[in-house]
Amino acid sequence: MSIREIREALGAGSGAPDAALAALAKITRGESGDGSLNAFLCTVSEDALGEQVARAPTGPLVGVPVAVKDNLATSDLCTTCGSRILEGYISPYEATAVRRLREAGALVVGKTNMDEFAMGSSNENSAFGPVRNPVDRTRVPGGSSGGSAAAVAAGYVPVALGSDTGGSVRQPASLCGVVGVKPTYGRISRYGLVAFGSSLDQIGVLSRSVVDTAEVLGVISGHDPRDSTSSERDVPDLVGACSADVDGLVIGVPEEYFPDTLDVDVRGRCEAALERMAAAGATVRRVSLPHTRFAIPTYYVLATAEASSNLARYDGVRYGYRAPEAASAEAVYRRTRSSGFGAEVRRRIVLGTYALSSGYYDAYYGRAQRVRERIARDFSDVFAGGVDVLFTPTSPTVAFPLGERAADPVSMYLSDVFTVTANLANLPAISVPVGEVGGLPVGGQFIGRAWGEATLLRAAAALERTMVGSS
Amino acid sequence: MSTAYETVIGLEVHVQLLTEEKLFCSDKAEFGASPNTRVCPVCLGLPGALPVLNGQAVDLALRAALALGCDVQESSGFARKNYFYPDLPKGYQITQFELPLATGGALTVATEKGERTVRVRRIHMEEDAGKMLHDRVPDQTAVDLNRAGVPLVEIVTEPDLRTPTEARSFLVVLKQILGYVGASDCNMEEGSLRVDANVSIRPIGATEPGTKTEVKNLNSFSAVAKAIAGEVERQEALLSAGEPVIQQTLLWDGAVGMVRPMRSKEESHDYRYFPEPDLPPLTLDRARIEDVRASLPELPAARRRRFVEQYGLPDYDAGVLTASRTTAEFFEALAEVATDAKAASNWVMGPLMELANQRGGTVAELPFTPEEVAEVLALVADGTISHRSGKDVLALIAESDRRAAEIVESEGIAQVVDQGLLDAWIDEVVGAHPEEVQRYRAGEVKVLGFLVGRVMRASQGRADPKRVDLLLKTRL
Repeated sequence: MSIREIREALGAGSGAPDAALAALAKITRGESGDGSLNAFLCTVSEDALGEQVARAPTGPLVGVPVAVKDNLATSDLCTTCGSRILEGYISPYEATAVRRLREAGALVVGKTNMDEFAMGSSNENSAFGPVRNPVDRTRVPGGSSGGSAAAVAAGYVPVALGSDTGGSVRQPASLCGVVGVKPTYGRISRYGLVAFGSSLDQIGVLSRSVVDTAEVLGVISGHDPRDSTSSERDVPDLVGACSADVDGLVIGVPEEYFPDTLDVDVRGRCEAALERMAAAGATVRRVSLPHTRFAIPTYYVLATAEASSNLARYDGVRYGYRAPEAASAEAVYRRTRSSGFGAEVRRRIVLGTYALSSGYYDAYYGRAQRVRERIARDFSDVFAGGVDVLFTPTSPTVAFPLGERAADPVSMYLSDVFTVTANLANLPAISVPVGEVGGLPVGGQFIGRAWGEATLLRAAAALERTMVGSS
Repeated sequence: MSTAYETVIGLEVHVQLLTEEKLFCSDKAEFGASPNTRVCPVCLGLPGALPVLNGQAVDLALRAALALGCDVQESSGFARKNYFYPDLPKGYQITQFELPLATGGALTVATEKGERTVRVRRIHMEEDAGKMLHDRVPDQTAVDLNRAGVPLVEIVTEPDLRTPTEARSFLVVLKQILGYVGASDCNMEEGSLRVDANVSIRPIGATEPGTKTEVKNLNSFSAVAKAIAGEVERQEALLSAGEPVIQQTLLWDGAVGMVRPMRSKEESHDYRYFPEPDLPPLTLDRARIEDVRASLPELPAARRRRFVEQYGLPDYDAGVLTASRTTAEFFEALAEVATDAKAASNWVMGPLMELANQRGGTVAELPFTPEEVAEVLALVADGTISHRSGKDVLALIAESDRRAAEIVESEGIAQVVDQGLLDAWIDEVVGAHPEEVQRYRAGEVKVLGFLVGRVMRASQGRADPKRVDLLLKTRL
């Protein structure tokens, strides 16, 4: 069911809050036994959900079941970030985005599996096992919001929250064939989002349609006094934007995102999408973002540097896992962090620590900050030249088999090559299904101007309509 | 030997700001609450919590900076200082590093060799860490995070101080100024002022600085003076023996009164500073800075000069009266209603401060108004009561809500002016102490004081000692 269907059912008096109980039953059924996607790390009990249904406020999302990535603080369910180090941790407070969902009447049915601390592009870095792609269970769902993407794609829930530091909402949305949006940095409060790369992290929304994505994005957006980086700007009418036409919309196509090495089928689906957009009235213009090739190294220096600091608090002193039998404070730190974090998290902490070290700061962190500004300027130049949105593939490939890239971090990092730039430039971006290759979904990405979510959703919804027309 | 070297001292002073709430969350920044009861997700460093800057802390830091004559930066920023310690919940301290709030101030300190200007290099804001408790749980260390996130300013001086006494004087003046502007009470017992000292020595006349050591953990004025003096002595002994001073960090151990080197692990930190991504730059427009500047009270040095000029007080009096802002204000209110400013000064510095000390408070906290004190002063001035009775009357006012005149009347402590009575007491004393009378007449002048005392005692304090003195001299 879509959000609108749930709302209509409620209007018809057929007890829409049952949608949440039905979703929970579907998850319980689907996630037991061999066929499990392993999309959830914990779910709400039927009794607890029943109580929540009974006292859910009447808001725009009344009765809508949602799944929430396990790096968003919830006071009734686990918040493990897919890590052994937070196993069993229950937050005493709730993330602002989760609180706003509940205040709008939505019901949180469970917390979704993810790459540990959102570090990964395949969901194979979860301490609690990988998530499987519901489209093809031998393949990865993408990451790091793989559990959220799988839960939406499998039809468990109409909508899920994820987080996106370098593509972690959009890439799994693309690989699972659903819609995934990451708004402008500062649009959604990060209060209660467990930090990975604080200057890049944004909460995002995954769902099966652009309009449902817009509904939920509108509810959780807006200033929060608890997050000093959240913007005080007004949130535009995002749902309304989804029904506007694209007459005269200028779509920029950056050549750097369509390299010769790009998978020919991915290119084909994206070019076809552009043709349909042109047919719908948009103008397609080829543009260049010359600093794109520096994006991956820049991203991995900045994200790991911030992560090395953000993850210092997991020390076994106050909460979470503490290694047993450590005789000194230093031994508590060393053993807790060596055995509590997985290999990829440890790798990134070491990388980030190095990038910030005395004598290396200027060469790595300082330089990456300057390159980040160049990358952002590429975008502002293009937008100043009259482009309304940019269009690119979301991921260079379709979903790859489980285990294929697990041993090769660099090839895994390259999964994010088209998505990290929006984070580096603080821009909103959305992934929309543009077709399939051999039964596997392909996603196209729109990147908008800062605070230009309305135009972004307008373009995405128009593309979605052309897909319905073409299928 | 010790005269062959000159000492060079710079201080880093951590001062707790007098805010109601912590620097980045709304927990109370109060001292003495039971452990871990003034904490929330933010200062506990719980996953997902974010800092929000306390505007009152910024205002108080601004007051401190402006009072020290610093240039306030219109844009400053926060950074993370990364290190692991059990009292540091996030694994980093949020502090101002590359972009401090203010730079380039100065403060004038009176020394044995006249006034010395001590330049202030920078003032920046930062959050405090928690506290380790080693005596709460047997064989274990407990952590109290009530102090975690409490707002501090760090004030860094240039190496302009030359003796341990000067360092101490600097801190006294600094404490005075910060108290005046309401930025901090610098309460040492509650750890509101903590000092690190950079100390080096060099042959007199040398221009190159000597190798410096940093002495940490100085939490009282006397610890600062003692630790620096000890460290200077240690460095002199090394250089005199032809050995080099090694640059290192030393910890002051107040219990044994000595410094000890920090273990190399304790000082081998690479703090990996980088800009705090959770906080936007702190921008202060000129108008806000000027508003704060305009709201500053008259500072102690200026007030001291004014007291000398306006009230004709000796500089000593002006210094004592202006040491605390509330005492100075009490004096001014008293001088306003009293006829004699010098007498008012004497009373504030003497009986009032004595009473305040007895009651464990300040002069301004004494339970009477300047008007009530002025009434007592007037009764003393016109001879109705003696100076000593005046003190008694004050003490009685403090215990009741009666006015001075009422007390004098009902307690019968008005000064006796009846010549017959005075003569009778003098007769009695002279008769009872023939030996002392003899000695006085033989030229032992100081015996007179003893005799005056006896007469005063006989009068139960109701005679005017000056008059008794005169009458005795005439008689003998």
